[in-house]
Amino acid sequence: MLSESGSAGADVKIGITLTINGERRELQVAPWTTLLDLLRERLDLTGTKKGCDHGQCGACTVLVDGTRINSCLALAVMKDGAEITTVEGLAGLAHRQGANTLHPIQEAFVEHDAFQCGYCTPGQLCSSVGLMNEGHAKTRDEIREAMSGNLCRCGAYTNIVDAIEEVMHQGAAR
Amino acid sequence: MNRFDYVRADTVADAIKALGTDPSARFIAGGTNLVDLMKYNVEKPGRLIDITRLPLKNIEEHEGGLRIGALVSNADLAYDASIQSRYPLLASAILAGASAQLRNAASTGGNLNQRTRCYYFYDEGTPCNKREPGSGCPAIGGVNRIHAILGASGACIATNPSDMCVALAALEATVQVSGPEGNRAIAFADYHRLPGDDPAKDNTLKPGEIVVSVDLPATDYGPHHTYLKLRDRLSYAFALVSVAAALELDGQTIKTARLALGGVAHKPWRNQEAEALLQGKPATRESFKAAADLILREAKPQSENGFKIELARRAIVRGLEQAAAGTPQSQSDKRIQ
Amino acid sequence: MTKQISTGAGHDRFVGSALSRVDGPAKVTGLAKYAGEFSAENLAHGYVVSSTIAKGRITGIDTSAAEAVPGVLKVLTHQNRPSIAGEAKAYQDMVAPPGSPFRPLYDETVVFSGQPVALVVAEDFETARHAASLVNLTYEEETPHTDIAAQMSKSYDPPTKRGGIKPPPKPWGDAGGAFDGAAIKVKQRYRIAHEHHNPMEPQASTVVVEDDGTYTVYDKIQGVANTQLYLTNAFGLKPDQVRCLSPYMGGGFGNALRPQYQLFLAMLAAQDLNRSVRVVLTRDQMWTFTYRPGAIQTVSLGADAKGTLQAIRHDAVHGTSTFEDYQENVVNWAGTLYACDNVELTYRLAKLDTATPGDMRAPGAVTGLFALETAMDELAYATGIDPIQLRLANYTETDPVEDKPFGSKALKSCFAQGAQRFGWSKRNPEPRSMRDGKELVGWGMACGIWEALMMPSSARATLHADGRLEVGNSTADIGTGTYTILTQIAADALGLPLDHVTTKLGDTNLAEAPIAGGSWTAASSGTAVMKACRKVAEEVFKLARGMDGSPLANADFERVVFARGRIEVAGDSSRSVALTDVLKAAGKETIEETESASPDNDFKKKFEAYTHSAVFAEVKIDEELGIVRVTRIVSAIAAGKILNTKTARSQIMGAVVMGIGSALHEESVLDHRLGRFMNRNLGEYHVPAHADVHDIDVIFVEEEDRANPLGVKGVGEIGIVGTAAAIANAIHHATGKRMRELPITVDKILAA
Repeated sequence: MLSESGSAGADVKIGITLTINGERRELQVAPWTTLLDLLRERLDLTGTKKGCDHGQCGACTVLVDGTRINSCLALAVMKDGAEITTVEGLAGLAHRQGANTLHPIQEAFVEHDAFQCGYCTPGQLCSSVGLMNEGHAKTRDEIREAMSGNLCRCGAYTNIVDAIEEVMHQGAAR
Repeated sequence: MNRFDYVRADTVADAIKALGTDPSARFIAGGTNLVDLMKYNVEKPGRLIDITRLPLKNIEEHEGGLRIGALVSNADLAYDASIQSRYPLLASAILAGASAQLRNAASTGGNLNQRTRCYYFYDEGTPCNKREPGSGCPAIGGVNRIHAILGASGACIATNPSDMCVALAALEATVQVSGPEGNRAIAFADYHRLPGDDPAKDNTLKPGEIVVSVDLPATDYGPHHTYLKLRDRLSYAFALVSVAAALELDGQTIKTARLALGGVAHKPWRNQEAEALLQGKPATRESFKAAADLILREAKPQSENGFKIELARRAIVRGLEQAAAGTPQSQSDKRIQ
Repeated sequence: MTKQISTGAGHDRFVGSALSRVDGPAKVTGLAKYAGEFSAENLAHGYVVSSTIAKGRITGIDTSAAEAVPGVLKVLTHQNRPSIAGEAKAYQDMVAPPGSPFRPLYDETVVFSGQPVALVVAEDFETARHAASLVNLTYEEETPHTDIAAQMSKSYDPPTKRGGIKPPPKPWGDAGGAFDGAAIKVKQRYRIAHEHHNPMEPQASTVVVEDDGTYTVYDKIQGVANTQLYLTNAFGLKPDQVRCLSPYMGGGFGNALRPQYQLFLAMLAAQDLNRSVRVVLTRDQMWTFTYRPGAIQTVSLGADAKGTLQAIRHDAVHGTSTFEDYQENVVNWAGTLYACDNVELTYRLAKLDTATPGDMRAPGAVTGLFALETAMDELAYATGIDPIQLRLANYTETDPVEDKPFGSKALKSCFAQGAQRFGWSKRNPEPRSMRDGKELVGWGMACGIWEALMMPSSARATLHADGRLEVGNSTADIGTGTYTILTQIAADALGLPLDHVTTKLGDTNLAEAPIAGGSWTAASSGTAVMKACRKVAEEVFKLARGMDGSPLANADFERVVFARGRIEVAGDSSRSVALTDVLKAAGKETIEETESASPDNDFKKKFEAYTHSAVFAEVKIDEELGIVRVTRIVSAIAAGKILNTKTARSQIMGAVVMGIGSALHEESVLDHRLGRFMNRNLGEYHVPAHADVHDIDVIFVEEEDRANPLGVKGVGEIGIVGTAAAIANAIHHATGKRMRELPITVDKILAA
């Protein structure tokens, strides 16, 4: 069955349901609204960053059903029914898994000084959690490769890898 | 980004019906290329048909090989156990491309249909025959260090950006499509096209058709394969030149060879003449050089990309050496084997 | 001369330690807000339409289709914009180079590709973006000139010098004659590409119209005072009508020193519509303003057989726009870094039809030192002398340009400790002599130098009755760690635990401070904060001494320490008073002091102040395929006192990463026929990714400096200077191929 919606040019909104950082939300969105713009412009979840808006920097990385993607290239309407975790929800994610304050990766980023300006950081953090969920990267080379979709112009790369490695070895992923 | 209708399809038939004959309608799955292009106003669809709910997400046994549903994500495909064990070349090529995030979102069908890599194509402030037929090709005589050295035309010198497709070309995959006139199979070599006088068309899909699966034939290359990608930075960059190579060896003699190049043409570049040349030859550097020379005999440089011919020559030789030695290129250890 | 004093009367407990960033939690939770993330009631969104031509004039603008889109509020163009300041002078910001600044939407003239030609303002971002694609422009196009090589013949000595940038010194000796007569000669041409800063956060401004008609402006800027100055001049406003804030900045590197056109357009629209407006640039619009200008340079070195320099000549030309003479110090370094009796340095500009270039991390030094330090390596090979020994043979303890000693220069320690850590002694100098499997291994080194600057700055410190201390000023923390080091300085000055100290930055309501740039923030704002805290300490001490039965009654200020939230007599902790008790007894809610700090002119008269570095690079290069991997960098830094070893190390590491980008990746490519940068995205303009960056070892050598009371020299820029040369020299060592053009891409390696 088709679920036809709207006509070109008209400002039509489509009803969707998203669970964002554990909270279920009924939303009306235009088909051209990206998940990133929805988060930043409509829901005041500005932790997720817009660095390039074209999938070329990774600053907008969020977890959709536990998988990391570039939210700038995802139309919100297509994620109807999905569970979204943004940087604002990482601590909550840790909380639900038994930790009480920051997610271990957030702690490790602070400890290892894995950021400077902080603008790529939410994407690096979500990407790190996604990487650990995937479970493919083990060595430093593999972490570097698997994190290469997250650019950091301040050049905190080595510290980021240190932070991820530490958390991975703690087995504190997920 | 323009405004458009949004339609969600639940079955392949519905999707085809929704596409109809509307030339401005587009299917959308991962969106990693289409949304990107829409933000540059390069694609301005009147209607988007969301196909992410179609039942095309399985990898199944098929005639001794595997059938990959068009909506299997690039990541799921690369990490699938049967792909990793039976088609490691494909897994490697996929992991050489894009980023983890993009591979999580991008679909198999979408990877086949991603548009070309060219600065001018992406810039609506400049002419481009692919974007606006007849407007001209400023890449010719312009900034073309990354452009095609094989199969280009006077109308377009852009390259196909896919890594996955280079492996699929080498593996002799078949693309299964469905359309208003029913189903048909397209040999991978025939799926993408050269620009010729009509660079607006990237592939041989007919209006109204949708990719439903990609079929992989049975192969037995064992460890004798590689995907070697050379680029301007060590990850998250398009290929200057890439090589997918697979060899079946009988001792030190080549029984069959499969070889495809990425980053050099408007389509994954496979030269069966070169593969035939290798057949029955010893797996030596001399044989590999001869194959490379044959492939690049037709190469034509643009004003800035002549180096790609020599780079391709060396990459082919190295790729075949890696395949022959059974030491496929790692995609995370950047030391070239 | 400044007396080396401790940071207030307390102990150095936090200063010098490896404290984690105090703004870390805000940044890792997404709570830190950047300029484009502040909201306001009824906020409208602007989207910029950029010109597709580089030079000419707009002959027509059709905005009807855009205006017809529901939700569009206005399409501003030069034809319908409100009246604005006419004089170019009114657009001159604090760091504007000589010339006539670009005035957005001023008239029909187009002077660079991507120039803003319209602003679409709409109820939401997507509507503005969509409508922007419907604005139709026609142009009369002129041929642009953007090729610096083609413009070399028309290069010129800029008639008006840029403030703060020393022009080349007068030649001394006879460089030409000495070069001709030298036993060993190196004379080569070097090129670097245009580079764009590309901080992760695109330029953004949010202009909030307040109920009382004033404006609150959140701007991506490295110093809010500059935003305020620009807006008050261009829009005829008074400073008290415009409060500017920039609490966090998503990367600067010089890109946000000057207010950019999105700020102007946001204010223009806000005034026109009497509504709050946000304008954020797209990533490709990040190629429509400042950039590090590509340069063509010639370095001539003449030496005797022992490697002693007989002649240095460094000639540089780089691009600027047609309307401003952007200048940087490219060639003077050659005169300062080495002892030589015959030196001639020249510097010229070439006009290009692009936006005005601007300062990008270690502006001029990155450019000049690539050429100079590659040439020095060439001289090392020409003379057969080890590159470190060659530099030691020409070492100078005084700055030949100014004929003054350096306040401190621990470059020799950098050589020694860097070489030791790197294992330089195991290097076989013969090119192509070291390999690892299919890879050639190369080891190269280079020097870096940057000015140790201080700018006049002020800071306010407020001690509250509950024992909390708040310090701050208007400068920005652009990711360098300013919040953290100021917190450390303040905590030490008053002997308070860190969690009692709050640092506020990036707000024109705070004490005035300079723009964050030039590596001067630690010295400038750090000293000002220290002085303000010290003043508070003196005040609170006075009150403490006057308390009834004060245990400090007979103590004098020099004999007390501030620790654990108390004032104690040194060596007798039984005689102490809690700060909170002092304020309580005095009936004071706060003690607040504002102090200014300025460079020490006595010191400046006697000494020159520079930071130095020795950078060591290891590359591995596939011999057949020419693919380069930078596998190891050791950067040994002499930068005075290091206030925070964790954040300072990150500064150097990050700068090294940018240096790797400069060496191997970064190039904004122009189509000269169109006058247009073509790779305007992060997919095609390559900055290093995770996979490109391996081990980076940072060494801070001991260096005592007295230019300012903190003994700091700044670490923001020095890490990038010389890094590209070290890598290029390592590539030569690996391959025997000399790379004189950046970035060193595979095509250049194959061609050499």
